Amino acid sequence: MTESSAITPEQVEHLASLSRIAMGEDELKSLAGDLSTILSNVARVNEVAGDDVPATSHPIALSNVLRPDVVGETLTSEQALASAPASADDKFLVPQILGEE
Amino acid sequence: MSELINRSALELAAGLKAGEFSSVEVTQAHLDRIHATEADFGSFITVTDDLALETAKAVDAERSAGGDVHALAGVPVALKDLVVTEGVRTTAGSKMLENWVPPYESTVHNKVKAAGLPVLGKTNLDEFAMGSTTEHSAFGTTRNPWNLEHVPGGSSGGAAAALAGFQAPLSVGTDTGGSVRQPAAFTGTVGVKPTYGSISRFGIIAMASSLDQVGPMGRNVADAAALHELLAGHDPLDSTSLPDPVAGFVSAAQTSDLGGKKLGVIKQLRGEGYQDGVRDAFSAALDVAAAAGAEIVEVDCPSISYALDAYYLIMPSEVSSNLARYDGMRYGLRVEPESGPVTAETVMAATRAAGFGNEVKRRIILGTYALSAGYYDAYYGSAQKIRTLVQNDFAKAFASCDVLVSPTAPTTALKFGAEAASDPMALYLGDVATIPANLAGIPGLSLPAGLADGLPVGFQILAPAREDVKLYEVAGPLEAALEASGTRVLDTLAEGLTTK
Repeated sequence: MTESSAITPEQVEHLASLSRIAMGEDELKSLAGDLSTILSNVARVNEVAGDDVPATSHPIALSNVLRPDVVGETLTSEQALASAPASADDKFLVPQILGEE
Repeated sequence: MSELINRSALELAAGLKAGEFSSVEVTQAHLDRIHATEADFGSFITVTDDLALETAKAVDAERSAGGDVHALAGVPVALKDLVVTEGVRTTAGSKMLENWVPPYESTVHNKVKAAGLPVLGKTNLDEFAMGSTTEHSAFGTTRNPWNLEHVPGGSSGGAAAALAGFQAPLSVGTDTGGSVRQPAAFTGTVGVKPTYGSISRFGIIAMASSLDQVGPMGRNVADAAALHELLAGHDPLDSTSLPDPVAGFVSAAQTSDLGGKKLGVIKQLRGEGYQDGVRDAFSAALDVAAAAGAEIVEVDCPSISYALDAYYLIMPSEVSSNLARYDGMRYGLRVEPESGPVTAETVMAATRAAGFGNEVKRRIILGTYALSAGYYDAYYGSAQKIRTLVQNDFAKAFASCDVLVSPTAPTTALKFGAEAASDPMALYLGDVATIPANLAGIPGLSLPAGLADGLPVGFQILAPAREDVKLYEVAGPLEAALEASGTRVLDTLAEGLTTK
C-alpha cells in the first residue's frame, strides 16, 4: 500500500460518525494507525481473482427457504419492553430524533 | 477432587442410566469444582447453581419414574455467554449487554433443556466473540488450566477452560474464524466447527452471519460427537439451518479403524511461522496415523494463502452491520453524552463509545471502511471472490482424499501480555489455519496431538461440507491410536489436578 492510501485520523472520524461511535483525538489517531496496518496487509485481495471468478456471499447455497404463512408466537409488548432503557405508554421511549422541537 | 468430575460425558451418561449415581450428585460435584477453582480459571461469567440443580432433580425424578429420557439427560453442560438463555443474563462478554435478561429462548438452549442437561452457567468469551485470547471480555480474564500464566485461546476461551479445568464435561461454543477449534487446541480438548448451518443459530448473538457456527466441545471426540448430535438439525427459526439428517456421529467416533483413510496434509499450513514444537507434534501424530493404516498425502490449496486477508475484510464488514442493532434504544446499555445536545444520534454515539471495547470498535470501523462507496469492490467484493477460490481449492483437494489435516494453530497458548497481543495483525495471524473452513462453510475438528513445552498442540481435521461424519470417522480412531502410542494429554493434567 502506498503512503497516500494510509488512513488518516480525519477519515476515521468520518467512519466513526457513520458507525455512531463517539471518539476522542487519541482514539482516532491510534485507530488510523491500526487500520493502515491492517489494510496494507489485506490490500492484496484485489490482485488475486479476476473478473471471471464469481463472488461467494454464502458458503452453503440454499434457495427458496420458506415456511408456512401462519401466525406464530411473538413477544408481548410487556416482554419486549422489559429490558428497554426507557419506556412509556407501552412504547420505547427514545431521545429526540428530529432536529427541531 | 470428586471422582465424578474426571469422567467423560458418555461415561457419566452410562453411570446415570445404570443408577450408579444421580444427576444431582454429578451436577453438585461440578458446581463444587467450579466454586473451588473459579478464582484460578475464571471460566464463567455467570454460574447458575439453582437452575442446574433444578434440572438435575427433575431428570432424576423422571428417570426413577421409569420415564424415557435422552441419552445425555442429567449430564451437565456449560454454555458460551453468546447463547441466549431466557430469563438468565446473557452478556456476549460486553458492557453493552451487562444487564440484559433475554425475553426469548435460543434453539440451542431449548434443545439442551428438552434433553434434560443441567446448565452449569455461561462461559467467558472475547466481547461479541471477537478475539482469540478471551482477553477482550468486559468480565475479567480466563486463565488456561494448563498454566495460569497463559491464555486459554478464544473466543470460546471460557468454554474450553471449563472442560480442561474439569468444571464441566461438555461445553457449547461458537466458531466464526476458529473460536472453538483454537481454544480446544490450546487447552488439550476437542472442539468441532460443524458445517455451516448444521446447528441452528436462532438465539446465538450474531457476529459475522455468513461465517458463524455453533460448536460442540468435549474432552474427547465421542463426547463432542454426542453433543453435536443433540444440537444439530433443521430449525424453522433459522433459514440457514440445514435439513440434513443427523445420525451416526457417536458411532463413527467410536470406530477404531483408520485403515484405508486418506489424509491430505495441506501444504500451505505447516511450514513457515509454525512453532517447532507444534510442527513436531503434528508430524508425530501423522506418523501414528500412518502406522494405524492411514494413507498420508500432501495437497496443494494455494488460495488458502489469501484466506486470512479475505476473512479480515468479510468478517468486520458483517460485524459492522450486525452490531448496528446496539443503539441504546430498545435494550441494553443507554448512555447520554456528557455535554452537548441529547438527541437519539448523540445518545447512540455515547452508548456505543461506552459499551463497546477497543477490538469491537476496531472491527466496526474497519468494516464500515470496507463497505463504503469507492472501496466496496476493491475490498469486500474481492474478498468474496477469494472465498470462491478457497472453496474450489477445497473441492479439488477432497476429490483425492477423505479429509484434510493441519496443525490447528501455529503456536501453543500465548502468555498473557505477549507482544503479539499489542499488534492486531500478529494476533490475527494465529487464525491462519482455522479461517479457511469458515470461509468455505466446511466442517472442522481439533483434537489434542500431544504437548510442546508443556502445553497442548491441536491437530485439525477438515471434511467436505455436509459430511461432518467424516470428521468423526478419522478423529475417533486417531484419538485411540494416539492414546495407544502413549500420547497423553488431558489425563496428564487430570493427574496434576488430583494432587493439587
